Amino acid sequence: MSDTATTTGRAPSVYVPSAEALATVLAPGERPPRPSALGASLTFGWRALLKIKHVPEQLFDVTAFPIIMVLMFTYLFGGALADSPRDYLQFFLPGIMVTSVVMITMYTGVGLNTDIEKGIFDRFRTLPVWRPAALVGMIFGDVLRYVLAAVVILSVGLVLGFRPDGGLVGVAAGIGLLVVFSFAFSWVWTFFGLVLRSEKSVMGVSMMVLFPLTFLSNVFVDPSTMPGWLQAFVKLNPITHLVAAVRAAMGGTSDPTNTMWLLLWSAGFVVVFGTLTMYRYNRR
Amino acid sequence: MSKRTTGLAIEAEGLTRSFGETRALAGMDLQVPAGTVYGLLGPNGAGKTTAVRVLATLLRPDGGRARVFGHDVVAEADKVRSRVSLTGQYASIDEDLTGIENLVLLGRLLGLRKAAARERADQLLTAFGLTEAGTRQVKKYSGGMRRRIDIAASILNTPDLLFLDEPTTGLDPRSRNQVWEIVRAVVAHGTTVLLTTQYLDEADQLAGRIAVVDHGRVIAEGTPGELKSSVGSGTVHLRLRDAAQRPDAEKVLQAALGVPVQLEADPLALTARVGGEGSDLAASEQAARALADLSRAGIVVDDFSLGQPSLDEVFLALTDHPAVPADERDEQLEAAR
Repeated sequence: MSDTATTTGRAPSVYVPSAEALATVLAPGERPPRPSALGASLTFGWRALLKIKHVPEQLFDVTAFPIIMVLMFTYLFGGALADSPRDYLQFFLPGIMVTSVVMITMYTGVGLNTDIEKGIFDRFRTLPVWRPAALVGMIFGDVLRYVLAAVVILSVGLVLGFRPDGGLVGVAAGIGLLVVFSFAFSWVWTFFGLVLRSEKSVMGVSMMVLFPLTFLSNVFVDPSTMPGWLQAFVKLNPITHLVAAVRAAMGGTSDPTNTMWLLLWSAGFVVVFGTLTMYRYNRR
Repeated sequence: MSKRTTGLAIEAEGLTRSFGETRALAGMDLQVPAGTVYGLLGPNGAGKTTAVRVLATLLRPDGGRARVFGHDVVAEADKVRSRVSLTGQYASIDEDLTGIENLVLLGRLLGLRKAAARERADQLLTAFGLTEAGTRQVKKYSGGMRRRIDIAASILNTPDLLFLDEPTTGLDPRSRNQVWEIVRAVVAHGTTVLLTTQYLDEADQLAGRIAVVDHGRVIAEGTPGELKSSVGSGTVHLRLRDAAQRPDAEKVLQAALGVPVQLEADPLALTARVGGEGSDLAASEQAARALADLSRAGIVVDDFSLGQPSLDEVFLALTDHPAVPADERDEQLEAAR
């Protein structure tokens, strides 16, 4: 990779700043035009990839956590709620995939909070680039983690006996819908990552939002077994629309109503929380 | 280049900013001429960092206004950003990434193409003596190397104004000298540098003008020479052999120097400022005469020293309170080790 590391073979010596050497790097070249919004965002996305390369441990939560979730709930509920874990899995896998990936979105907020704590965002915020680029790029990197988590869960599911009728195309479409929603939902966490003081409080708030949102839905059981007031909430819950749409896609059919609701919710999250995030980002 | 080095780089009037109950800026005025190193000198919590963050568009002021090269830092933040760079007190680089990756990342964000960004990164690493460290993660760098990569990242686009927030706090003397050399090269090239520091000698070494900051406002401003002569350019410390001679010594010194003499807690010690305003003689000359007078009066001096006024003494003279509380200073020295 590096031609620079090999050019000097001598032992590390004391650095003596030389006025001439510094003068050459200070000579003002042409100022290049500022990068496009997409270009800057992709560059920040590249930073996220580099961080995964240097700190691969951070993939633990997108691999091990989803595997545990699938195994745990399939065998915990499988016998009770369906005839066998294998039968339950046909209903349950799209739902647990949504739950796991949506839960992982909170790390966007945690990551942003740590980054800001360290000071690197001071430099990013003094760069003359499209303002949301640093955050959009960060979420681009996270989208890759969402895809990875979804694929891990799918693989575990296939091993345990999940057989989607939608085939490869249906499964890909389902994961696509999930990623679109997760991208949009991540903006909720960038906002909290900017507003809250510590990593711990970001985690705390995330859990408080995510647990009811994922459990009070159609992920684990059929909502028709629930009391009326709870059904009302479940019907409103964007996770319910998302799970219904993903189930339909993976099952080889389509669910236009729920898909539409899901896309509306996604647009709403980006508009509302994207705006709030940028307001906070500019006004810190 | 002539365009860059004339006029004012920074004009600030009555900047205020509070964080809850704390008034970090309490009406700060600044005028920084372009093409110079300007020092903001003050203790921790004086408002230096807040001032830098406002001027670098990171923080909005509650009141007052500031312009950088004629652009308002709030209304025209983007124009300001295209001309400034910031090296913060904490790492403004990604510690998980290597030196090269950090520089390429920033080069690309400033609009360089991949190959050009890579070339620029290599040039900078060479000039900053980091060629071999380039492929290592920044978190494995020493304090001095970290500072250098941080400054290298800040001059990637040759800014017209560079903010250096306490660039040498916590560095060993050798690394500190390296940073000083770099700052000199940067300003020689025409970039204006706004430097914050807690050390008078650093401001003295680098800055053309200094603003002394305390409780969020500028309490004194001038060239290093002007500031020091307003306080006295040196301090004489004496330790006698016999405590009984101290009253005599005090009289002799007072007569010789024409300034009040301070009696220290140690019954053998006396302190006096020399070389202040209204004295034609150099501090060393005054001190030498005082010493001769003492010996003529038969007073035995065991220990004698003449030093520059410390930041503490400048502060005491300007504000009647010491710059850095003693326990805090010990912590800083601890951290510097």
